Order: sequence, then structure tokens, then C-alpha cells
Amino acid sequence: MSEYFELPLLILASSMIPGLIIFMLPEEAVRTRIALNMSGALIKVMLVGFVIWGVSNGQQYETRLPFLPGLDLVLKADALSILFITLSTVLWLVTTVYAIGYLENSPHRSRFFGFFSLCVTATVGIALAGNLITFVLFYELLTLTTYPLIVHRGTEEARQAGRTYLIHTMFGGALLLLGTVWLYSLTGTLEFTQRGFVSGLLPDHDNSLIIIFVLLIAGLGVKAALVPLHSWLPRAMVAPAPVSALLHAVAVVKAGAFGIVRVIYDVYGIEVASTLGVTLPLAIVAAITVIYGSVRALFQDDLKRRLAFSTISQVSYITLGIAVAGPIATIGGLVHLVHQGMMKITLFFCAGNLAETLGIHKVSEMDGVGRRMPLTMAAFTLGAFGMMGAPPLAGFVSKWYLGLGALDAGQDWVIFILAGSSLLNAMYFLPILHRAWFREPMHEWPATHYLWRRETAWALLLPPLFTAFLSLLLGLLASLPYSPLEWARFITSLQYAL
Amino acid sequence: MLIVLPLIGTLLCFLLPRQVKALGLMTALAIAASAVALLWQLLQQGAMRYSVGGWGAPLGIDLYADGLSLLMLLITATVGLAISIYANAAFKLDKLVHFWPLWLLLWTALNALFLSADLFNLYVSLELLGLSAVALVALAGGSAALGAAMRYLLVSLLGSMLYLLGLALLYHSFASVDIAILAQRMESTPAVWAAMALMTVGLLLKTALFPLHFWLPPAHANAPAAVSALLSALVVKGSFYILLRLWLEVFPLSHAAPGQLLGLLGAAAILWGGVQALRQTRLKMLIAYSTVSQLGYLFIAFPLATTMAWKGAMYLLLSHALAKSAMFLAAGNLLLFGGHDRITQLDRVAQRLPLTLAAFALAGVSIIGLPISGGFIGKWLLLTAAMQSGEWGWAVVMILGSLLAAAYIFKVIGYAFTQAEVTHEACEVSKTMGATAFVLALAAIVLGLIAPWLLALMDIAEPFAMSSAALNAGAAA
Repeated sequence: MSEYFELPLLILASSMIPGLIIFMLPEEAVRTRIALNMSGALIKVMLVGFVIWGVSNGQQYETRLPFLPGLDLVLKADALSILFITLSTVLWLVTTVYAIGYLENSPHRSRFFGFFSLCVTATVGIALAGNLITFVLFYELLTLTTYPLIVHRGTEEARQAGRTYLIHTMFGGALLLLGTVWLYSLTGTLEFTQRGFVSGLLPDHDNSLIIIFVLLIAGLGVKAALVPLHSWLPRAMVAPAPVSALLHAVAVVKAGAFGIVRVIYDVYGIEVASTLGVTLPLAIVAAITVIYGSVRALFQDDLKRRLAFSTISQVSYITLGIAVAGPIATIGGLVHLVHQGMMKITLFFCAGNLAETLGIHKVSEMDGVGRRMPLTMAAFTLGAFGMMGAPPLAGFVSKWYLGLGALDAGQDWVIFILAGSSLLNAMYFLPILHRAWFREPMHEWPATHYLWRRETAWALLLPPLFTAFLSLLLGLLASLPYSPLEWARFITSLQYAL
Repeated sequence: MLIVLPLIGTLLCFLLPRQVKALGLMTALAIAASAVALLWQLLQQGAMRYSVGGWGAPLGIDLYADGLSLLMLLITATVGLAISIYANAAFKLDKLVHFWPLWLLLWTALNALFLSADLFNLYVSLELLGLSAVALVALAGGSAALGAAMRYLLVSLLGSMLYLLGLALLYHSFASVDIAILAQRMESTPAVWAAMALMTVGLLLKTALFPLHFWLPPAHANAPAAVSALLSALVVKGSFYILLRLWLEVFPLSHAAPGQLLGLLGAAAILWGGVQALRQTRLKMLIAYSTVSQLGYLFIAFPLATTMAWKGAMYLLLSHALAKSAMFLAAGNLLLFGGHDRITQLDRVAQRLPLTLAAFALAGVSIIGLPISGGFIGKWLLLTAAMQSGEWGWAVVMILGSLLAAAYIFKVIGYAFTQAEVTHEACEVSKTMGATAFVLALAAIVLGLIAPWLLALMDIAEPFAMSSAALNAGAAA
């Protein structure tokens, strides 16, 4: 029993309780709702800050509740969960501000913000889960809480997208559950352990372990949008922009990728996984996804769909980095978890701004938009260059480590994948930037109606600027202590016992 | 006490139709209180045996309470209390005059059933249960309801008859109907096999296990919401409980052919019920077929026959009772408000009744078996039991059943989100009706959090011990 037993629970409660209260609020109670949302988000940031400080001083945070005979519900803050939890907490705060601005005057806001808070609760639960059953629990909870957000618009298209999403994720959840139960019946424990807990089964149960691995990864791969399980993601774009932003940067896609990291590191352990020979096929699947997503992104005219395919490609960098199975590539993969989140959320905020302020949804309508909305497009440009991996932005750091790591692990082919993907990224992002900055507008923009001739509302403008700034900082200051890069190094050193 | 109370209530309600609302509710509260008192007693002293009038077995009537019967009584009390409150809000007085006596009679039958220690007593309460349930189905009036009630009556009588026939055979062989005595004298003769087969088929008919489920969907769908909830949540569980007692204690078998057969039928029920539910266009029919599917899960425990499997099945039974009653009540609200229950046109109604919709969604979570809910715990235990026995075929069927459940539940929920004109017509659905459905659904979720405690309750007097002992003996031999 650790000293700070309740802290992980408090972190969960700081978004769950406001969420539940928000459900009960009437539609008109705008101020109360904003106050609840913001105070929840701020409290969570403070709590997480406290935990980071504690963990780096060797403090243990663990909550353990009886759940089933022999199985506890465990919430634990270890180095890996800190990485993910910090990302989701910071981005939740930013996205809440954005969502308040974005959804002003639209119907069903109580429902939206209620589920929004619960969705973050589930994500944080995933991050803190200390064993596989807790993970599965929150993973399914995430499915349930994101569904209402995806169908929020209530159109027939939204309903269909929600259906596609559910079919994929329910199927994935079932595979994950099956794998978990099987694993439990073999090992009798599901506790996440540094460098895995299955090594005792090794010579006798090789085949079972391989099948379980496939089940688990397939279940997680649905959310991580690994090809061929990705097709729900572009469709889910009908959701409101803050939702897409959160889905792509933090919640759903990242939960899948994070789960893959957990399974490889803390369930199987990298050595066992390599011995079983499952990492190379996974790396190949991830590589295919990287290229496939980029190629598909090239041909999308709808801006959000292009970004969606870009997410499919970028998130697989994480899986790729882990599956290459060398310490340096691992650093690259882990740090990309944070970096991709920061850059992608910027891009989605900007896309939302364009749609909300000027009604622009398509790339072909973006001619000259940089003059009308310079700040938004500046943020977008930073995000796009980051995605291409241009130094000194955050994306460069992760790609650098991925490339180095692949060479280090003797997997030279990965370099070509990375280079090819960067090239493709440039091919689908640069035309957007060219249109936005260098072409004449096709027609007059609607007149601005904000104070001081701002391009759009504060609540919409500040979040993308903030995250774009952060992704610049993450690249520039990558080697300072407490930066994601340093943290990823710390995690890797634990995994590889360096 | 638990049997006498509702019986007195029945008589009073029958005699004083004017005060039926208050009388009924008071009786319901008193029954619930005595169920809790029994919980207290069992926690203090372990299993209890009580001889009515001081005449012990084999002559007199014995009542017996262990963990299993306690949980059944408690769940009946919980669901029963909620439905009582709902019914008072939903029915008009002229209906209530008929509803209360019948319902309290049904409650008497259920309580007697869960406490009986001999097979003949079980028969009496089973017959009482069937008759009062049939009368309740007919309460809705209209030709569809009457037809369904008639069919239900015939099935129910046939089931009881088969059971009685088997019982006679057993009595002839062993000269006793007391469960404990029978268990000691049991041996494997053709007569016993015939008796067990007859009784089992009779009970399966009443429990509506595939392919004997044909009577259930019309009966459950055409009854008034409060009654549908009672039927799906409690009545079918009554006959399942007898089945469980028979196979656990009178005739404990290791995983022999009958267990396998029951399991296969259960698996077929899971899939068939799920597919049929998915095909329905009316909400109440969908929920009724979902019951057929969910009942199938209970039978997966028979081929596995480990303590963990039995506990999983029991857990599913409890959470299904809560979730399904919540679901039927919610459907009743939607039906009352919208005047129809066509699934594709639910959006207008659903947006006006958020609490009802929330009840439906939470109940759905438990039915699908998603965490955190009682349904998840039950399925987890069953799945683990299946995997530990190395019989992953059952696990795959259960997972497929969950996927089907997800498909039909979300088919409904998806339509609740579509945009519809916001209307302002008068709302006939009172707050109480939404709230009771919601509380029941919430209870199904809460079951997911108190698993260690509930599973410990099941262990009072170890009702599953004999079955697992037989299993171990089988494994050793």
C-alpha cells in the first residue's frame, strides 16, 4: 500500500464528477457548465503536475480496489502512464476551451460536454491502468463515451459513421477480451510488469502466446487504425471539430497505440516478443499503414478527411518504433506519442476554425485563406511542417530517433519507409500551404464581426496558437529535463535495463 | 414470513380494492424489508432450515435458505419493489385493482419457490407462478394479448405436467421428495433418468430455452410494460432456479452428455435469439428476443460445471433481472409517450425522455456485457471458466452473443441521436416512471462494482460444492 492511495482516483474524479453533473444541467446553464468544465480541467492539470513531481522523486502512486476474486482494479502512475496522462490532461484543457467556443449556441450541449468529460476520464483511466483488466475496462468505456460524440450532429451520415465506428470497435473489444481471458487462464495474473509477465510460459505455450498476441494487437489495432482495420476513422470525421481533434490526438487512436506499447512492454516484454518472432510482422503492418495512409491522404479533397488519413499514417510511427525493437527506435516511437498529438490537434483546430468561420471544408476552397486568417494558417503551417519532419519542430525529433533506431537495430528498410512517408507528407501538405498563402482568393470573404478585426473568436484562435507554440518548443527544447524526449529515454532505459 | 406476507397482501388487496395502491406498496416494502432481514440472519448464522409447524422432513414442509436462494429473494425484492412503484404510477385504478392481487400472488409463488426444500412444494409454487403470470399477461386486454396469454397458459400447464410426472417417478423410486434426502439416495437407474428427463424438459419449456422459446416473445411483448418486466426478469428465472437445484443437488453430474446438450441448446439460443432480436422492427419484440438470447448464457454453465461457471451464470442471472426489467420499463415509457414502438421512429420520443433513454442505455451496457456492469462480471467469470477448462468453443459463442447484443442495442440507441423536430405535446410519462427504470439500470451497473461481496454471499452453504466435487471425481476417474 502506498502513501498516496487516493491520488489516481482523484485524477479520474476530476473529470468524471463534472461530467456527471453536467448531464443534469439544463441546456441554458452555460456559465455553470463552463465553470465546471474549466475547474475540472485545471484541477486535473494540477494533480498531474503533482504526480509528475512525485514520480520523478521516486514516489509510488497506486490505487487498488477489489474487483473480482483474484483480480483487482489497479490504477498506477508509472513512467509510461505519466507520458500519456500528461498529454491527455494538457490537451483536454486546451480542447475544452476550444469546444466551448466552437459549440456556442448549438443544441444538446449538456449531452456533449457530459460525454466529453467522461471520454477524458476513460482516456486517463487507460493511461493509469495497472493491469490488463483495468485497461480493458476503460478501453470499452472509451468506446461507449465516444460514440455519442461521433453521432452528435444527429444526421443520417453521422448515424452511419457511428455505426461503422461501433462495428469496428466492438469487434476489436471482443478480440481484446478474448485474448485477455485466455492470457488470464494461462498465467493467473494480468498485472503489468516491467519487461512482461509471460516469460515463465515460454517454451511450452509458444503457439498460444502468439495467438493471444495477435488477438490483443488486433483488438488494439482497431482503435490505433492499423491497416486494414482503419476504415472507421475517416468516416468518423462527421463529428464536430473538437471531437475529431481529441479523437485523433489523444483519446481513441492514441489509446490503441498506447495499448500496443503496454502489451509489448509490460505484458510480453520486448525480449519475449522478439523471441516469439511477433515484432517483425507487426513492424511490417505498421510500415504498410504508414505508407498507405499517406498515399490515401494525397487524394482527399475534404480537409478533415485528408488529416484523418494523415493520422492513420502518423500514429503507426509509434507502433513502428516499438516493433522495430531497439532502444533508440523505442525512444522515437514513445516521444511521437506526444509529438504527434500536439501537432495533429493543432491541425484539427485550424481545420475547425476554417469551417466555423468561413465555411471552408475542402482543400480546393482554401485559395488565399492565409490573408483572411493569418494566425490560424500560421499555426497550421507549423503543424504541417512538423508532420513532414522539418527541423527544428517536434516531428523532426521523433523521426530522427526512429531512423537512428532502425539503423541501430539493423532494420535498414525502415529508413526508406520514413523517407517515403516524409516525401508523401510534403506532397499532401505543401499544396495546401501554397494555396493558402500564395493564391488569390476566389471570392470575397464574409466580413469579420469580432472586436478589433480579429479573424475569429478568442476561444477558437488561442488553442491552436498555444499547441503550435508547444510543438515548436517540444522540438527546440527536446533535451531539457522533463521534456517528453527525456521522459521517453527514461522509460526506455527501464525497459531495456540500460 | 416471506411467503405469508405477500399472501396476506393478496387477500387484503382483493378485499379492499379502493385502498389497493397503498396496501400494495406497503406489502411490497414489508417483503423487501424481510428479505433484507433474511440477509442479515444468513450472514450471522449461515444456511437456515425451517420446518413449518414443527413437522420436519420427510413428513412436513421444510423451508431452506442458502446463498443461492437468498440472492434470488433479494433480487426479487429489488425488482419487485421498483416495479410496484412503477405500476402504481403507470396503471389507472381499474387496472390496479386486478394488478396488485395477481402480482402479490406471483410474488408469493416466487418466494415460496426460492425457499422450498422439497420438490413437491416446488411444483405447487411453480404452478401458482405460471397461473398468476398468465393472468397478468391477459391484463393488457386486446386480442393479441389474449392470444399470447392463451398460448402461455397451455405451455405453462404442459411444463408443469411434465414436471409432475417426473416427480411422481422419483417419489415412486425413493419415497421422498425432499431435496436433501433425494440427494443422499440418488442412484443411476432408468427410472431416474426418465424422471430427470421429464422434469428437465418441463422446466426448459417454462424457462423458454431454445427451441422451446416460441411462446416467450409474444407473451412478453404484448403484456403491459410492468408485467413484461416481471416476466422477463423474474418468472423465467423461477423455473431456471428449480433446474439449477435439480442438477446441482439432486442429480449432480460431471460434464456428461446431458450437460453438453443443455450447453449446446444454450449456445443455439444465444445466437438464434440474438439474430432474431436484430431482425425485429418493434422495440418490445426486440427486447423479448434479447431475453431468449440472454437465457442461453445461463445454460453455458451446465457443460462447464465448475464453481466459477455456476457463479458466472448466477451473476448473469441477477444482472439480467435488473437490466431487463429496466429495459422493459424504459420501452414502456417510450411506447406510452410515442404511441408506438417502431424502432426507426423513436428519435422524437427519445429526445423528450432523456432519463428513460439513459436507463435503456445503461441497461444495454449490462446486457451486452460491457464494463462496468454486472453483465461484464458474469461474462468474465463464464469466459474464464470456459478457457480454464480449455473449451474455448463456448467462449467464442459467448463473445459472438455479445457482439449480437451490441448490434441490436445500438440499433435502438443510434436512432435516439438523430435530429427530430422538438415537439411540445403533453407528457403522460411521469417522473417516477423514468426514475424507476433508471434506478434499476443503475443497479445493474452497480452489480459490476460489488462483485467480491456478492460472490461471497453465493458461497453461504456452498450450493455449488456438490457439482464441483462430482466434476473433480469425474476428472480423477
